[in-house]
Amino acid sequence: MSLQIISIILGSLTLATALLVVLSKHPVRSVIYLVVTFFLITSMYIMMNAQFLAIVNMIVYAGAIMVLFLFVLMLLNLNKEIEPVNTRTAQFTALIAGGSLLLILITALKDTLILGESFRQKNEQIGLVKELGNLLFTKYVVAFEITSILFIAAMVGAILLAKREKQIIE
Amino acid sequence: MPQDLTLILLLSFPLLGFAINGIFGKQLPKMVIGSIATVAVFASFLLATSLFSRLDGTTIVNLFNVLDFENLQINASFQIDALSIWMTLIITGVGSLIHLFSIGYMSHDEGFYKFFTYLNLFIFSMLILVLGSNYFVLFFGWEGVGMCSYLLISFHYNDAQKGIANSLAGRKAFIMNRIGDVGLLVALFMIIGQFNTLEYTKIGHLIESNKALTGGAMFFITLSLFIAATGKSAQIPLFSWLPDAMAGPTPVSALIHAATMVTAGIYLTVRSNFLFELAPFTQNIILYTGLATTLFAAFMALRQNDIKKVLAYSTVSQLGLMFVALGFGAYTVALFHVTTHAFFKALLFLGSGSVIHGMHEEQDIRKMGGLAKLMPITHFTFLIGTMAISGIPFLSGFFSKDEIMAQALHHNTFAYIVLVIAVTMTAVYMFRLYFLTFHGEFRGGDQLKSKVHESGPSMTLPLIILAILSIFGGLLNLPGLFFKNSAHWFDHFLSAGTFGLNHIHPVHLDFATSIQLMIFASIVALSVLIWAYLNYVKKGNIAKDDKDLNGWERLSAAKLFVDELYNVLIVNPILAISDFTGKIIDIKLLRNGVYALADGVLNSANISRKWQSGFLSSYLFWMVFGLIIFVAYYILKISVWH
Amino acid sequence: MSIGTSLDFFLFVAIALFAIGAIGAMTRKNMIVLLMCIELMLNAVNLMLVTFSTYYGNGDAQIFVFFTMVVAAAEATVGLSIIIMAYRNLKSIDIDMYNQLKN
Repeated sequence: MSLQIISIILGSLTLATALLVVLSKHPVRSVIYLVVTFFLITSMYIMMNAQFLAIVNMIVYAGAIMVLFLFVLMLLNLNKEIEPVNTRTAQFTALIAGGSLLLILITALKDTLILGESFRQKNEQIGLVKELGNLLFTKYVVAFEITSILFIAAMVGAILLAKREKQIIE
Repeated sequence: MPQDLTLILLLSFPLLGFAINGIFGKQLPKMVIGSIATVAVFASFLLATSLFSRLDGTTIVNLFNVLDFENLQINASFQIDALSIWMTLIITGVGSLIHLFSIGYMSHDEGFYKFFTYLNLFIFSMLILVLGSNYFVLFFGWEGVGMCSYLLISFHYNDAQKGIANSLAGRKAFIMNRIGDVGLLVALFMIIGQFNTLEYTKIGHLIESNKALTGGAMFFITLSLFIAATGKSAQIPLFSWLPDAMAGPTPVSALIHAATMVTAGIYLTVRSNFLFELAPFTQNIILYTGLATTLFAAFMALRQNDIKKVLAYSTVSQLGLMFVALGFGAYTVALFHVTTHAFFKALLFLGSGSVIHGMHEEQDIRKMGGLAKLMPITHFTFLIGTMAISGIPFLSGFFSKDEIMAQALHHNTFAYIVLVIAVTMTAVYMFRLYFLTFHGEFRGGDQLKSKVHESGPSMTLPLIILAILSIFGGLLNLPGLFFKNSAHWFDHFLSAGTFGLNHIHPVHLDFATSIQLMIFASIVALSVLIWAYLNYVKKGNIAKDDKDLNGWERLSAAKLFVDELYNVLIVNPILAISDFTGKIIDIKLLRNGVYALADGVLNSANISRKWQSGFLSSYLFWMVFGLIIFVAYYILKISVWH
Repeated sequence: MSIGTSLDFFLFVAIALFAIGAIGAMTRKNMIVLLMCIELMLNAVNLMLVTFSTYYGNGDAQIFVFFTMVVAAAEATVGLSIIIMAYRNLKSIDIDMYNQLKN
């Protein structure tokens, strides 16, 4: 029972912080709230015995990616005055569209509910590094290797894009 | 050298000449161009003689596969047998002589290199046509020679006075040939449907093993093949392009429109003999078409005043004669006449070319006369050609015509009578042409007379060689009357070496009948010769102007009004229909319809492009919208399904 | 159905997160916030995958989460460098300024 209470609290907090990400006017605050959201999601992973993913999520998302966002924000030196704001009607239509999306996804999900299943897993070992490592380096080894190529491409691309061109310096 | 390599070389020499002259011709001097083209064809001739000397049954050389279907294979393969090699010998032999002649004849022409490029391409196409081992390769060559013929007829398309007429003549030939080609295509499709192959030998074997293949299909196949033959070989009703084709340079007329290309129809029929043997009705159609053609063409030739036009109608008439032989199923006889005709008609055309060259492009025989003294070699060779075609005894034409007459006498007396009339008319117009051109007074004026000259050696040498061939060509197929043992060599050679012909033997008349026949033919020819001499030389009758002609002469000069008839029956209705469709259907319906469609697209695009606002949030909105629709659709589908 | 008694609740959280991310992507004009919203949506999907993985006791879904993270990281680096590049050109991070492809 306590687990369910914890899960409800965690879920509500996650949604609340996610809303704050969208609603806050200042981008830096959005980043901070997003980090909090990621932490909450990480704790949900832990609740579901996905320990390895929880750690990776924390390190990669909350650690690396969000720091990258913060750096970019600081690099661009933005402030509240130049924060672009959408018109009221646009926001309203977006809200309606998003709301309909939510409703329709809930309807879709209703048919596939997995009611009554508690957090107790059928196999508590699957979230461990050993199990995932086994999968990753046997069944998904090709995809894993291709991922490294993707990373190199992304890295080279990022460097090339962000590099100042010579004519601009001169 | 193995046979297949020889064959490939034989085919590639003219192609090589075509390529060299076509690509570099503009830079090369005329002498080099002419030599390349002539040597290419002559080399092919030598290779053909080597193949001829080693001829042994039927050899098929498969080069590569063109089309490969589940149950139909079409190969680019070639067939070496008596028929194809004999045709190759004629094409390359007469072809190289005419190439040699052209060097002199075309020496003043600006399009010299173009001319030889086309000529070599023609030789190549013609070789493909006769050497192919299936109807597909034949069709390839068939279209190739048609195109070369078109290009060469309208060769002087930019001539100041006659340019447009030349272009129109080329167009007419092209269109009329196209009608025949449709027949060939239809025949090809029907053959594929019937036999599942296009190879001559395979079709022949299929027919041999299954005699029940007679009936409707055979009739339509052979009829379509014959339509193709009428187009290429200028038979009624598709003959009127050939006289117009004389707009081309004279060597072209000699090579394409007398010696080789126009015999493609004969070749096609001989090649398809196994099909025609199963369709007696088509053979009758061929016989009567041939008879009508030979008679009417000879009649039209009687009062033509253009030296080349006379020869053109004479060609049509002789081709009709060959089709008469084909109609009787005497394939070797037809081919014998093809051979001798190639010799003496090429000779006559080249002789007329020499005359035209000497007369500075004057073609009207009313302006000639008395050329015998001015152009002695041309005169002498032309006389031999005239005597050969008229059937003066012991020249080549005498024997080949006599064979055909013998077939007619044996099968069908009516045909024999028509042939006698046609052959008599042939002798009449040929001697008229000869006497008006070479005897009597010169009628072209003194100024022209001083400029008339005998042609150079490159033009007279082919004339002499062809004259010799015209005299002795008949020895190829001597009737049994002379040398009993080696008689009908050509018949035996072709029959033994060609698929299908070994079952079919032309009739040979007995001694008494054939000698009567020969004597009668000789008397006719000689009496015509004497009559023409008395009429045109002694009495000095010359060709009259068109307005002085009476009754039948006017009919002959106006070519029996065939062109006018075709205009009324076919051309004008088609023009009217085209006019109608052009003005009503095209403009009113199609053009406006297309415009309306384009306007509709433009307007709707103008409306829908407003969606491309460039704002990312609106794109996202539409994306989410689409997503919602999709998911909603699936939910609905699942709930309905449940 | 009582909320929170099962893994279903996490599924609802995931859907809601996704919808919030989508609304954010549609309403916000700041390009960096836009990227953050996309990260939010990706995380919603990740959460869903992990929930199903837990339910079925199958590790494959977690591997997919792993790959999603990899792609998200790559996307974030490239996206951010594009934003920097764009900012250098127009001195603005307003997404509606970048509509020149329209014409």
